[in-house]
Amino acid sequence: MSNQPPALGAFLGASLRRQLLLAYRRPVDTINPLLFFLLVVTLFPLGIGPDPAQLAEFAPGILWIVALLASLMAAEGMFRQDYEDGSLEQLLLSPQPLYLASLTYTAAHWLVTGVPLTLLSPLFATMLQLPVAALPVLLLSMALGTAILSLVGSIGAALTVSLKRGGMLISLIIVPLYIPVLIFAAGAVRFAAEGFDPAPQLLLLAGMLSLAVALAPFAISAGLRISVDAG
Amino acid sequence: MTDAADALIAVRGLGLERGGKALLADLDLDIAAGHLVLIEGPNGSGKTTLLRSLAGLSRLGLSGRIEARCDELLYLGHRAGIKQLLTPRENLAWACRSQGWDPVHIDSALDRVGLSGRADLLCQHLSAGQQRRVNLARLHLSFDARHKRSLWLLDEPFTAIDRGGVAALTDTMAQQVRRGGAVVLTSHQDLPLDIPLRRVVLGGGR
Repeated sequence: MSNQPPALGAFLGASLRRQLLLAYRRPVDTINPLLFFLLVVTLFPLGIGPDPAQLAEFAPGILWIVALLASLMAAEGMFRQDYEDGSLEQLLLSPQPLYLASLTYTAAHWLVTGVPLTLLSPLFATMLQLPVAALPVLLLSMALGTAILSLVGSIGAALTVSLKRGGMLISLIIVPLYIPVLIFAAGAVRFAAEGFDPAPQLLLLAGMLSLAVALAPFAISAGLRISVDAG
Repeated sequence: MTDAADALIAVRGLGLERGGKALLADLDLDIAAGHLVLIEGPNGSGKTTLLRSLAGLSRLGLSGRIEARCDELLYLGHRAGIKQLLTPRENLAWACRSQGWDPVHIDSALDRVGLSGRADLLCQHLSAGQQRRVNLARLHLSFDARHKRSLWLLDEPFTAIDRGGVAALTDTMAQQVRRGGAVVLTSHQDLPLDIPLRRVVLGGGR
């Protein structure tokens, strides 16, 4: 047997650094979902009228639907490059555990798509007249929610990466799984805006995130193996 | 035939089917330390699929048994596994981490594939042959890691490599075999080698 087992921590650290470096050198993947978010949020007051009270009423739902679509957009290309250049094969062949590698890839994806979306969401919320008091809850729901979306989106991306046109299929696979996030996250923001306690919804989101962190990497790993086998 | 218990990888009764067409039937193959195996056959005869099956990447349409008992398995396929937006050094650093090789040897590995002056250039600015060479540097890193039972699976390793590179590559393979590792490769070229070569000829095709 091998004399020295490969250092797991160093591998995961190197993988995270590599994914972040790649995102830094290809900023378009990070910027596109943000631009999409900005565009759609700009269109809403034009479409439903600029009345602040009306906008404020719809704001939680609008913000979360757009966040969900932006996240769907970002998820689709997640493993595409790695599949096409063969990095995915090397990842599967590596003696390192694929479960943790998948989790690291997803974490990197969340850091470059979910986190910027979370940080900019108060700005978009202000454009939609969301009450200032609801902003902390919006931030928290975005942080928890986009992490779940990244994990669930990775499952769809892993399953469809070998298909030439997987765009529609990935939506069909993961949008049903996005729905609970939409209901509870938008619900939390609405509760906060109306002055109720949003803790139950936020705790449910945290619970969903724990479940996704524990289980999604299994599905991502299996999806990647199937996709590489079929390719 | 070597004793099966000694083999780095043992294949028993392997059948392979793709798209309703049988590519292989009942193949037995033992690859032991010191073996250099050349898989030959026309285009479409299943060379790449066989190699991917040996690596464990492909299980679709497979029957029979493949037992791998090697400490290290290195597969270099058609897709280079090189990130265009990383430099050769960054690419190899990640390969080291994922395989548990010592990154200390990256410079000498790049030097041996003739890329020492381009270690910090993005791979997208390198030629196709140079990108193949980045990939081949993995062989040197694997060699330097001194794993005892090391198996290399190389799919068309000579593609886009110049004449000097081919000589260097065959030399590396010879060293790997002499040291007690094994190499399985597919190629349409004749190998200028002075070590015994086993041939597996796949028929069919088209």
